[in-house]
Amino acid sequence: MIQAIAFYFFATIVVGAAVMTIMSKNPVHSVLWLIMAFFNAAGLMVLVGAEFIAMLLVIVYVGAVAVLFLFVVMMLDIDFAAMRAGFSRNAPLGLAVAAVLLAELLLAAGAYSAGGIQLGTPDGSAVQAVEVSNIEALGALLYGRYILLFEIAGIILLVAMIGAIVLTFQAPKPGARARQDVDKQTRRRPEDATVMKNPEIGQGVDL
Amino acid sequence: MNSAGAIGIEHYLTVGAILFVLGVLGIFLNRKNVIVILMAVELILLAVNINLVAFSAFMQDLVGQVFAMLVLTVAAAEAAIGLAILVIYFRGHGSIAVDDINRMKG
Repeated sequence: MIQAIAFYFFATIVVGAAVMTIMSKNPVHSVLWLIMAFFNAAGLMVLVGAEFIAMLLVIVYVGAVAVLFLFVVMMLDIDFAAMRAGFSRNAPLGLAVAAVLLAELLLAAGAYSAGGIQLGTPDGSAVQAVEVSNIEALGALLYGRYILLFEIAGIILLVAMIGAIVLTFQAPKPGARARQDVDKQTRRRPEDATVMKNPEIGQGVDL
Repeated sequence: MNSAGAIGIEHYLTVGAILFVLGVLGIFLNRKNVIVILMAVELILLAVNINLVAFSAFMQDLVGQVFAMLVLTVAAAEAAIGLAILVIYFRGHGSIAVDDINRMKG
């Protein structure tokens, strides 16, 4: 029973947060609602025993992607009010497409669950083998049979990182600003910088 | 245990479907704002992940979670590249309105 309560709690909040994400006037609020949605989606995944994916969702999405969004939204100086001009004009078409899509998806899910194929557990309670934890089983799979997939994921991230750096890197303009030259600083010796003078009393020092 | 209150895979599929539809709706509603469109794409990918994890859990096959991880990776890469493109576009044009991005007349 507690599972059902938790499920409906998380599901309601994740759907509500998703609605607020796409309806908010302020994109900063949109990002915050998106973070809310990700947290509750992680809760949904914990409920079925996928703890590792849930933690990954929190770390990758909330910790990296959402914060990236937040930085970009705050860095760009954009008049967001003007951008919502077409909001009501696009609403009927968008709602029509959404209604058709939702009907299709629910039909597919209903047909799947009503069909004669016996899949899953009858009572929907047991989720996985009990001997090993989720992370252990996932690790054995990921570093064994799916090692290629794992490495491809790494390559994708590397390409994304290099791409983002190449796209946004700005070479410093010559003469724009005095820059620190560490090499020059460390090559500087005391004898280049200081001189000993022994001036006569009453005389000045010529530098 | 198979009472009316039990949570089955269809519950998870419904949540995934609603999230997916909300993502598509977000793209339609915020046609001018690329940032919110990117967030809507993230919502769609989240729906995909929920479906993958739900099937993986209810069919007791962990491969679904491995693929969910790949989806997660691609989503992170997509967000990084998309926002980088957004930043350089804003640098050059001072605007990110989708209607203004028509130089190639596509």
